[in-house]
Amino acid sequence: MPLLALQRVHVHYGLIEALKGVSLTVEQGEIVTLLGANGAGKTSTLRAISGLVRPSAGRILLHDIDLTHRKPHEIVQFGVGHVPEGRRIFPRLSVEENLRLGAFTIRDRAELARRQEYVFTLFPRLAERRKQPGGTLSGGEQQMLAIGRALMMQPRILLLDEPSMGLAPVLVESIFEVLQRLNRDGTTILLVEQNARMALDIAHRGYVLETGQIVLSGSARDLANDPRVQAAYLGAA
Amino acid sequence: MTIAAPQRLTGGRRIDISQLIVWGIGGLLLTIVFLGSILTLRAGHYSAAQWRDFIVFGIAQGAIYALIALGYTMVYGVLRMINFAHGEVFMSGAMTTFFLADYLNRSGFLKSHPWVSLIAMLLFSGLVSMTVAVLVERIAYRPLRGAPRLVPLITAVGASFFLQYTFRGLFGSGVRAYPAIPVLQGKLWVFQKTQIAVFVGVLITLVLLVLFLQRTRAGLAIRAVAEDREAAALMGVDVDRAIVTTFAVGGFMAGIAGVLYALVFIQVQFFMGFLPGIKAFTAAVLGGIGNLPGAAVGGLVLGVIESIGPSLFFDGYGIRAAHQLKDVIAFTILVLILIFRPTGLLGERLGGEERL
Repeated sequence: MPLLALQRVHVHYGLIEALKGVSLTVEQGEIVTLLGANGAGKTSTLRAISGLVRPSAGRILLHDIDLTHRKPHEIVQFGVGHVPEGRRIFPRLSVEENLRLGAFTIRDRAELARRQEYVFTLFPRLAERRKQPGGTLSGGEQQMLAIGRALMMQPRILLLDEPSMGLAPVLVESIFEVLQRLNRDGTTILLVEQNARMALDIAHRGYVLETGQIVLSGSARDLANDPRVQAAYLGAA
Repeated sequence: MTIAAPQRLTGGRRIDISQLIVWGIGGLLLTIVFLGSILTLRAGHYSAAQWRDFIVFGIAQGAIYALIALGYTMVYGVLRMINFAHGEVFMSGAMTTFFLADYLNRSGFLKSHPWVSLIAMLLFSGLVSMTVAVLVERIAYRPLRGAPRLVPLITAVGASFFLQYTFRGLFGSGVRAYPAIPVLQGKLWVFQKTQIAVFVGVLITLVLLVLFLQRTRAGLAIRAVAEDREAAALMGVDVDRAIVTTFAVGGFMAGIAGVLYALVFIQVQFFMGFLPGIKAFTAAVLGGIGNLPGAAVGGLVLGVIESIGPSLFFDGYGIRAAHQLKDVIAFTILVLILIFRPTGLLGERLGGEERL
């Protein structure tokens, strides 16, 4: 049984149908990437999984739990961590408060401190800035904070929406290294990326979305070698 | 084509003219206020002690505005909405507590245990207002979440009338005299003892509010929702619960304010929430809506200006009963702030950029 399964999921915004029956699976321990142009439905897919939009049809399962019509704050507690597009950290709250919110449902102080230390070992820069308001961090630090915040609840699966957006190449690489390290430590990842080359580099498998439908899927290597993917997303002739 | 260009130029100038008029009116008002103040001070009708009393009264009045204003500004922070029924939430507590106070008075308990009675009244009023605020949120606002922003504004006005006329229907339209609390009669140095009770009550409530927002999980949830509702939900914050908690806390403070107001003015009536409600809204806008310290500062500033303003600004012109003009001053301030400094005195907002 896959860790995450979407079964013919439809999402509507008013009269516009953003997802037209998307089915995909993510197995325990995998990195799966979702490729596609702007407006293809990548963000909508992630928003449907974490309950920010209600699917009009279809089912979303986390192992054996039906997430389909649950509220976002319940879905988090089942172990879905979502690093949203644009990071969405709390700009006026301190780094520590942002992290505290990441594990909002945990009340045990010792456990909270332990998890915060873990995030600080992953991202030492955050430890230096723990008392600073999140909004004063650089773009890269904010992305680290957004990922660290999602890790605070020790998710069974981490959803990442464009973690490389707006970051310098060096930072993108260090973020991707952290993602690989997390994956080796056992975190399952569903990654939405514009930077298809980097995404296919670290992913095991991938899906390609076009106008709300999955048009292609396969191992990351097969996708990287597929002429259609190369033409559309890897910039090759 | 040759005519088009000059037309565009005059079009640009027209905006300048309308702005000029606005600034002109602003300048005129300032001149009137300034000139009036000089004339008043020259005439010297008022002694230093009288000015001092004006200021003390203004601070007491302003402290009550501040408590109510915090409810407006907190709700605005989490929902980007003005809860225009908040004045009635304030009234509900004060009106209902009248019956408790009256009972305590008749039974003699008020005389034998004045402090216990006062605390019981404050808590009772806080709880009643809290309940009313929570009900208003559940019934009038929550079903409309996600509707265009004008819609909950209309139901807010509806809820406001509903509460006013419910209280009028239940308890009549007459003015009821609040029993005086024996230990709060008379003066202590330059203060009325009731004013001291107001200062202490407001101060304790403010400290508790700050501790609640900064030190508790529920407070953290409210601050997170105020900054980014969707991101807060992704953290596992139950957004609806955070919103209703905000209404509950704002309502409780309004209830406390209701009793303090009744102590100062020793009377209550079903319509008593209207003016303080709008004044507190003005105070919230004055300080910067959504900004908590702003609401407190705005309340105090408005209270003091309202208290000294009429005599200071207008007495010099020989206007009789200048203090009747205090509401005019308050609402002129509201309009001026909205025109010249919409972000308020403290010039910043609780929430980040608005996301739709």
